[in-house]
Amino acid sequence: MPVFYDTEVTSRLMLGTAQYPSPAILADAFKRSGAGIATVSVRREAGGARAGQAFWDIIRALGVHVLPNTAGCHSVREAVTTAQMARELFDTNWIKLEVIGHADTLQPDPFGLVEAARILTDEGFAVFPYCTEDLVLCERLVEAGCRVLMPWGAPIGTGLGLNNIYGLRSLRAHFPDLPLVIDAGLGLPSQAAHAMELGYDAVLLNTAVARAGDPAAMAEGFALALRAGRLGYEADPMEPRDMAAPSTPVLGRAFT
Amino acid sequence: MKITVNGTAQDTAAPTLDALLEELGHGGAKIATAVNETFVPAALRPQQRLNEGDCVEIVAPRQGG
Repeated sequence: MPVFYDTEVTSRLMLGTAQYPSPAILADAFKRSGAGIATVSVRREAGGARAGQAFWDIIRALGVHVLPNTAGCHSVREAVTTAQMARELFDTNWIKLEVIGHADTLQPDPFGLVEAARILTDEGFAVFPYCTEDLVLCERLVEAGCRVLMPWGAPIGTGLGLNNIYGLRSLRAHFPDLPLVIDAGLGLPSQAAHAMELGYDAVLLNTAVARAGDPAAMAEGFALALRAGRLGYEADPMEPRDMAAPSTPVLGRAFT
Repeated sequence: MKITVNGTAQDTAAPTLDALLEELGHGGAKIATAVNETFVPAALRPQQRLNEGDCVEIVAPRQGG
């Protein structure tokens, strides 16, 4: 199983906690999928509301690792301050670092991402950067201290799957020993299986599960796909070829 | 004095961040804070003086992806 910053997790599925029809369905999705990490956020709290405490009680009951994010931050300053607030709130130095560069595509700002990663690493954070599959960006993130990379499959919430197979394969080949996680853009279990077949260590998803008609069933479907894809990767798959090759023995065929 | 709390302008007589949180009903709540985009750890809230025009952020755990 993947090891993130010296912590081995029990699942290749990292699951978001937003957009579920109810807290009970959220809990069921985690239970049926066995997801080992839950992503969470920090948001403004009104005086006397205590909504944060109620949500935190639900998450703690899941018994999983918590990965706070800096979702929605568009500047290094916002992301760093949000990470610092999250560390205090959730009592973890893990942070899923998002520095958004474009409002329509929600694609990362690579320049701000590297700068924020360097600052947070220096402050003792274990940074999980939401990035693109750009090889040079990923090299810079590793230089900044990141010991895991989380390239997108496609823009957040689109369900388009793995948009750049070549780039993702190239990244895997370039960082053979670094934990790599597909973060965002997945819509179907088959896409998660494909990520595993490429040798990726885990996937992080939210909308594909939470917005499914039956979120708990979809979560389990993803978990099964991850297991199938990983087994396929580890089993040393055959090389594809252009020409047909008979699988039944040719020797001994009748009428020859 | 006039300050901004979570994006909304308001008047307060609270001299410190800690006093403001009490005034707003956050006492004992699971929250984190920032003043003018700088994180203020819980332990430092009593020393954090508030000044005219300060922007205070008060956040709590929420759902996220």
